[in-house]
Amino acid sequence: EKTKTNFFDQLSKAVVGKSKVDEEVLDDLEEMLVHSDVGVGTTIKIIKRIEERVARDKYVSTSELDKILREEVAALLEENSSGKGTELSLPAGIKPYVIMVVGVNGVGKTTTIGKLASQFHKAGKKVVLGAADTFRAAAVDQLIIWGERVGVPVISHGMNTDPASVAFDAVKKGVEMDADVVIIDTAGRLHNKVGLMNELSKIKRVMQKFIEEAPHEVLLVLDGSTGQNAVLQATEFTKATDVTALAITKLDGTAKGGVVIGISDEFKIPVKYIGVGEKIDDLQVFNKYEFVDSLFSQNKK
Amino acid sequence: MFDNLSTKLDRAFKTLKGQGSITEINVAQTIKEVRRALVDADVNYKVAKTVTDKIKDEAMGRDVLIAVSPGQLMVKIVHEELTELMGGEKQDINIKGDPAIILIAGLQGSGKTTFTGKLANFLKKQNRQVLVAACDVYRPAAIDQLKVLAGQVGVDVYSNLEEKNPVKIAQEAIAHAKQTGKKVVIIDTAGRLAVDEAMMNEIAEIKRAINPTETLFVVDSMTGQDAVNTAKTFNERINFDGVVLTKLDGDSRGGAALSIRAVVEKPIKFISTGEKMEALDLFYPDRMAQRILGMGDVISLVERA
Ligand SMILES: Nc1nc2c(ncn2[C@@H]2O[C@H](COP(=O)(O)OP(=O)(O)OP(=O)(O)O)[C@@H](O)[C@H]2O)c(=O)[nH]1
Ligand SMILES: Nc1nc2c(ncn2[C@@H]2O[C@H](COP(=O)(O)OP(=O)(O)OP(=O)(O)O)[C@@H](O)[C@H]2O)c(=O)[nH]1
Ligand SMILES: [Mg+2]
Ligand SMILES: [Mg+2]
Repeated sequence: EKTKTNFFDQLSKAVVGKSKVDEEVLDDLEEMLVHSDVGVGTTIKIIKRIEERVARDKYVSTSELDKILREEVAALLEENSSGKGTELSLPAGIKPYVIMVVGVNGVGKTTTIGKLASQFHKAGKKVVLGAADTFRAAAVDQLIIWGERVGVPVISHGMNTDPASVAFDAVKKGVEMDADVVIIDTAGRLHNKVGLMNELSKIKRVMQKFIEEAPHEVLLVLDGSTGQNAVLQATEFTKATDVTALAITKLDGTAKGGVVIGISDEFKIPVKYIGVGEKIDDLQVFNKYEFVDSLFSQNKK
Repeated sequence: MFDNLSTKLDRAFKTLKGQGSITEINVAQTIKEVRRALVDADVNYKVAKTVTDKIKDEAMGRDVLIAVSPGQLMVKIVHEELTELMGGEKQDINIKGDPAIILIAGLQGSGKTTFTGKLANFLKKQNRQVLVAACDVYRPAAIDQLKVLAGQVGVDVYSNLEEKNPVKIAQEAIAHAKQTGKKVVIIDTAGRLAVDEAMMNEIAEIKRAINPTETLFVVDSMTGQDAVNTAKTFNERINFDGVVLTKLDGDSRGGAALSIRAVVEKPIKFISTGEKMEALDLFYPDRMAQRILGMGDVISLVERA
């Protein structure tokens, strides 16, 4: 295995004082990036940006190169609108702030909602959860258990009921209770299933009958171990629901989640949270510099 | 953001088109494009490299007949290599034993519990007496989930809400199966990461304690480059007999299948194609090779050439 220093040494040797990075080194860079699921398209984009920088700045020292690479990758990640992004925050003046959580099957939607609810609750916010996954076996029970763990109410109509009406009632309850935040769980669905994608648009429309701007946030959850298919997921969910934020889960494993770089860049959607385990506290606010660091640290192996 | 496979190969084959023989120089660019196409189909980068190196040798070694264009030959070679790598024939699971014990393992959310229900359904339809065992003691409502699915397909569930040790529950389930004359026991386990030492020890311990007839590793077909790490570690720890590839009703290329196959050399035995209990299929290597390559695209490409 190549070491990290090795890679940067090699990269610098090839670019220092040159206006063009040579083929072999670029192949190595490509290898490193695609190995983190960054994907060929985004990788080529990153390489082009580095070539441009090198051409512009003429001379690049070894230490600068490391920095440039990190900067260029970080630059592709959208800035989190909620600011610096170390603490969980809700925009002022919106009450209740309605978050609808969407994504393909098994990515970690329900778990992320449990963790989010816990963090908001700990921050002194009043939270209501809506169990609008009425389809997957025991999905409602799963959310109810999370609600009990956190100590927040879960609005549910049971299994096989209309998810849109659950969402409506959850939002209504949020207003009645003077809640700060309402989080709606939805069933996992593959983005190529048109009927299921339309259902999401319907859930949204029905909520809007009660609060016109709801949902204020549509959080698309992506599994950090997913490869290039995540791009298609982002494309279709964005079409159906105007995704406003991303969460990447399961980053406690060896997967790097690199595919999110291209997604954040292409769709101009910030990554807000990362999931780093199954426990209630295993949710972090996304920090793009740390994320980029972890991307490059894999070659240490 | 990404060109589709067809566009990519089209571009690559342009380099080859009209040239009578495949030479080192004109094949290099094509090989690179094929490799990128494989990587974009989520084939592990290293595996893609090995595969394309082989393809390159193959291409160099073959004389190009005058009637065949180099592009067509390349497609043929790539397809042949992938099909061979995917493992030739399909393979069944072993359900000999009284009862036969099938252990299910894999990452979180990969589709283990759903597959447990599906396999129970599949075996029940062959008139076998099936018991499913709820050995996920961690995930909220995991036991309820299995109960609901078992109810849907009409098989019994063994669970023990008082017991927190999955090894014990698995052993109890097998004893229960013997008492009640069940012929197959399917053990659903919690999702776990390959890097989670404690959880990996647990699954190894379960396997040791129950000595299953068949151990299946369940993996999401949308998995990217990491599929290799995961499969390797699970294989080292539990030496599984086969792989179940899930969520193939999506539009992933499923390159992970090729990576896993190449790295652990274990057959893929089932594919899961939906959330319903009937959505289970046997695995056909040639179809998977076509899916990864996007053969629909490739065939039309050849026709245009
Ligand atoms: N290791 C790890 N596991 C996670 C993380 N987030 C979720 N999980 C696990 O992933 C599995 C699936 O999580 P769920 O929250 O049920 O996923 P979902 O998207 O709601 O699934 P569906 O509703 O079935 O589509 C569970 O076993 C979770 O414990 C994470 O950040 N790290
Ligand atoms: N579309 C589709 N969904 C599937 C398939 N297999 C499983 N699912 C869904 O994927 C999600 C996760 O499936 P589970 O069976 O709960 O996965 P698991 O591996 O048991 O998850 P954990 O126990 O949390 O590790 C659920 O929403 C399932 O309905 C499949 O082949 N196609
Ligand atoms: Mg869920
Ligand atoms: Mg399960």
